Formats: sequence, C-alpha cells, structure tokens
Amino acid sequence: MSARIAWLLMVGALALLTLNGALYTVSEQEQVIITQFGEPIGEAVTDPGLHFKLPFAQEVNRFDKRWLEWNGNPNQVPTRDKKYIWVETYARWRIHNPLLFFQRLRDERGAQSRLDDIIDGETRNVIASHNLIEVVRTSNREFEQAEEAEDVMETEETHQVELGRDKITRLILERASQIVPDYGIEMVDVQIQRVNYIDSVQTKVFERMISERKRIADRYRSEGQGKSAEIRGKKERELKVIESEAYRKTQDSKGRGDAEATAIYAEAYQRNRELYEFAKSMETYEKSIDKDSWLVLSTNARLFRYLQSPAAEGEGAKR
Amino acid sequence: MTNDRAFDPEDVLRMARNMRGKLPRSLGLVILVAAAVIALVSSYYQVEPDEVAIVTRFGRFVNTTGPGPHGKLPFGIEQVQKVPVQRQLKQEFGFRTTRADVQSQYSKDEHTTSESSMLTGDLNVATVEWIVQYKISDPYKYLFKLRDVEETFRLMAEASMRSVVGDHNVTELLTVGREAIAAKAKDLLSDLCKRYDNGISVQQLVLQDVDPPESVKPSFNDVNQAIQERERAINEAWAEYNQEIPRARGLAEQAIEAAEGYAVDRVNRAKGDAQRFIALEEEYRKAPEVTRQRLYLETMSRVLPAAGKKLIFDERSKGILPLFQLGPQAPQEKAEVKR
Repeated sequence: MSARIAWLLMVGALALLTLNGALYTVSEQEQVIITQFGEPIGEAVTDPGLHFKLPFAQEVNRFDKRWLEWNGNPNQVPTRDKKYIWVETYARWRIHNPLLFFQRLRDERGAQSRLDDIIDGETRNVIASHNLIEVVRTSNREFEQAEEAEDVMETEETHQVELGRDKITRLILERASQIVPDYGIEMVDVQIQRVNYIDSVQTKVFERMISERKRIADRYRSEGQGKSAEIRGKKERELKVIESEAYRKTQDSKGRGDAEATAIYAEAYQRNRELYEFAKSMETYEKSIDKDSWLVLSTNARLFRYLQSPAAEGEGAKR
Repeated sequence: MTNDRAFDPEDVLRMARNMRGKLPRSLGLVILVAAAVIALVSSYYQVEPDEVAIVTRFGRFVNTTGPGPHGKLPFGIEQVQKVPVQRQLKQEFGFRTTRADVQSQYSKDEHTTSESSMLTGDLNVATVEWIVQYKISDPYKYLFKLRDVEETFRLMAEASMRSVVGDHNVTELLTVGREAIAAKAKDLLSDLCKRYDNGISVQQLVLQDVDPPESVKPSFNDVNQAIQERERAINEAWAEYNQEIPRARGLAEQAIEAAEGYAVDRVNRAKGDAQRFIALEEEYRKAPEVTRQRLYLETMSRVLPAAGKKLIFDERSKGILPLFQLGPQAPQEKAEVKR
C-alpha cells in the first residue's frame, strides 16, 4: 500500500518535472533563444506567453526586449579649439537580433564593455573634431539682452555654430549605429548628458566671468555718474534759460512802461514848456523844503516887499 | 510597478521533490490545505485609487484593471504589476528634498552639484536647479518599453535642460530668460519622451535656484549693486532738478509780473500827471499872469512854514549875519529875526 503510493508519487513528480522542463514563459519584456546542448535552435521567441521546448535537452536563454541603459563615464576630451572638457554621454540600445547578440557577446555584460569602446570612441572622435561652441549651443539664436546692457556684453565667444549640439549628438548616434548591428544591437539614442570644463580651465573661466562682471559693474556705475551729470547739466541750462528769459521779459516790460510814460509826458508838456518848468519848480520847492531846511531870504524878494511897507508897486524886486 | 511574484509553481515542485519518500501521510494533507490557502490568497489583488494594474498571464499582457478588488489566476499564472497613473510624480535636479513639510528641508552634495552645474551659450558656467513633474500616461509602455524608465527619464531631463541652457547666455539664464528656458526645456523633454515612447507625460518643468558659480557670485552681486548705484545717482540728480527748476520758474514768473506792474504803474502815473498838467494848462491859458502869481504865492505859503529855519534879512542893514551860528547844532529851534 505505502509502496504503491510512493511509486505513484514518484511517477507524478517525474511527470511534473518533465512538464516543467518542457514549458517556459516569455514575458512582455523578454525574448528568448533556445539552445540545444549549447547550440542555438531556430529563431528568437519574441511572442510573450507560454511556450514549449524539449525538456532537459533544450535550454532557455532570456534576453531583454526593452530599451537598455548605457551610461558613460565622464570623458576628458580636447575640442578642436583645444578646450579641455569632461563629456558625459548616455545611450539607449536594444537587442535587435538576439541570436547574433548571443553569438557575439553572450550577455549584457559583454555588450556594455563593447558599447563603452564604441560610444566613448565615437564621442571622442566627434567632439575632438569640433569646436567647443558646437557642443554647447544648439542654434545660432541671438541672445536677448537685459536692459541697456547691450554693448557691455560683447563676449569673446560669439562664433556661429555650424552644427550645434543636436547634430553633434546625431552624428555620434549615426556613427555608433553603423558599428553596433554587427553585435545584434540597435542603437536607439545617444545624448550628450553633461559637458563641463576640466578644473584648470574652469578656474580660468571663473576668472574671466569675474572680470566680465567687473566690466559690467563699472559700466553701470559710470553710466550712473554720466546720467546724473547729464541731468545736472540739463538743470543748469534750464535755470539759465529761465533766469535770462525772466530778465529779458522784465527789462522789456519796464522799457515799454518807461517809453510810454515818456511819450505821455512829452505830449502833455509840449503844450506849454514854460508852464511846465514853472509848475515843476513849484512842485520841487514844495517837496524839497522841510523842517531841516534853512531859508535865507532877502527882503528884496518880491514876496517880502510888503514886509516893510504896504505900498503897492515899490521899488521892483526880483523873485 | 509592484511585482507580485508571491508564488511560483517551480517552488512547489522543488518542495515536493525534496520531500519525496520521507513524506508521512498526514503531512500530505497539510500540504494540500496549504496549497489551497495559497491558491486563494494568490488569486486576490487590490488596486488603489491612484493606480491601475497591468495583468500578465504566463508573461503575456492580458488586460489593465482599474481601482478596486480583483481576482486573478493563482500560482503566478497571472501576475499583476501596479502603476500609479494618477499620481503626480516629481524628480528633483541639483538638490534633494530631505523632508517635505511646512518648512521643507533640502540637501545638496557633490552628486547634486554635478547635476546642476552646466555651461551656458556664452561658455560661462551656471548652477541650475529644477524640478520636473510628470505622470505615467501609458502604464503598458511605462513598464515594457524601457528597462530603467525613471533613471532614463532623469538623464533625458538633464540632457534637455543642458541643451536649452547651452543656447542661452548667462545673463538671460539669470534674469529675463528663465521662463522661456523652462518652457523650452519642457518642450524638449516632452519631445524626447514621445521619441522614447516611454509612457510618461511631462506636466511641468520649473526652474528653482539659478545661480552663478559660488566663486563668481560676489561679482554678480556687485553688478546688481552697481545697477542700484546707477539708479540712485540718477534719482538724486532728478531730485535736485525737481527741487530747483520749479522754484526758479516761480521766481522768474514773479519778476516778470513785477516788471509788468512797474510798467503799468509808470504809464498810469504819467497819464495822471499829464491829465493834471493839461487841466492846469487849459486854465492857465485863460489868465496866465494871475494864475502864475497865484500858483507862486500859494506854493510859497506852503513852503515857507515847512522850512525849519528861516532867515530873512534886509540888504540895507549889514553886519548882522556873522552873529548867527549856522548849523544843525544851533541851540534855538526857531530863530526868527525881524527888524
């Protein structure tokens, strides 16, 4: 009884084991190469789901179907204009032909080291044959200037770019793409992730930036002084204009007043000069003689001739 | 995203294999019950409100299920990966939020600095910090298109930002160009996402701190200070202008008005004098001698009393003059000498 059950169990286990060896799953992100005693059999299995193979004899080799990563290390590269920079690129690739991939590289580790060589090499080649500005800028767009800083900002590096970053990366991609199909790989994208100056260059760049800023600051300061002097000058000018115009107008008014008065006087006094003289004299006497004045008068004066005798028409006397 | 690989048929078989032969009968029952429990547990799953679940059967995608409780085939025949499609996800560049709170805390280290340091279009260096907010728009693509989606997305974001910053100069980056740069970087990143077909849609890209490098900062601040100084100098000059010019205008106006007044005064007085003279002259002409005499005498009668000192002498009596001391200090106020 117990021996029969043990036998049954053994057969069942064997059957299960066989089934397990004959069945395999392929997930959405996988593709599979079946090998028989190490030799690849048939095309790659890319259809996800449950699949059959010969148990025990055939082996499942799984490869990723998705885009895979390749992250480069920073590379120190001189550009064509002899600027030393660190360039960091990344790439995305996929196993395009798993059979070829399997034959040439075996696994992803092998692929990574091969990609290191290829992409780093191509990056180096492309960057070394272009100026730094080509790697940094994408287009020849004009920089927008803040306020009136226009002529302050003439930077030394205003070369026009011929290719620009976009085309440079595309160039690296194209060149790498020509090599990798040999390994069953498709290069889907290469991007320049980072570009930085090496330390010694960076120090120089900082110095340049500092001197550039100093120039701009000086410019602003002198602009301030200039503008304020201009305003003061304008003020001085306007003051002079205002004052002199006022003077002109006052003199003009006074002159016109005087002239008119003179004309009026002349016209009136013209009528009788002798009377004018007499009347004005009288007026003047009246105005000029006050309590501090001494009058020394002779009795010969006509006014006083009655002082001594009331006779009319005595010896004549002058006024 | 969560991988529910709770149970694998191979494990059961291996277990069974190991126990073959030395298996007591009662234990077989226990195993059966255990298998039943596991089957029950592994056929249930729940999807949270902000997630969807991608169901695969033997590795093949079968369907997507929304939030709520769901059943699936047990023993790992069907597997479920949950993806938070509703959640607003965020990546930070150049800094990390260590504690998000009312007052959030941030940290920066060598790693984040290398993320934020970049070249500008005028070949200067700047430090740019930014965040990207995104959503998973297509969970299938998100799971099965790229192996390391999140890390790739970070690299894409860095490449896009550097590409845009590389096309702007440092002044634009620090002042007027911020918004444009953020917008362009977002567009570029969205395009890249479309090209990679990674199931991510970029919601927002926001620039955070954008600074010149640490050692250059003081000179950038000096520029700002210089701008302030320029404004101040100009304002001061205008203040002086505004103090003096209106006042001068007022004074000028005053002088002009006064002169006008003078002119009118002169003319009126002249007219008055002339009128008076003309009137007099008309009367005079009628009787010149008498009028003349009258005028003379009337004037005298007003003049003589006004004079302080009067000395009337007779030419015939000599020698009296020397007796008078002439001058203001004369003791008598009035010395009328008559003979």
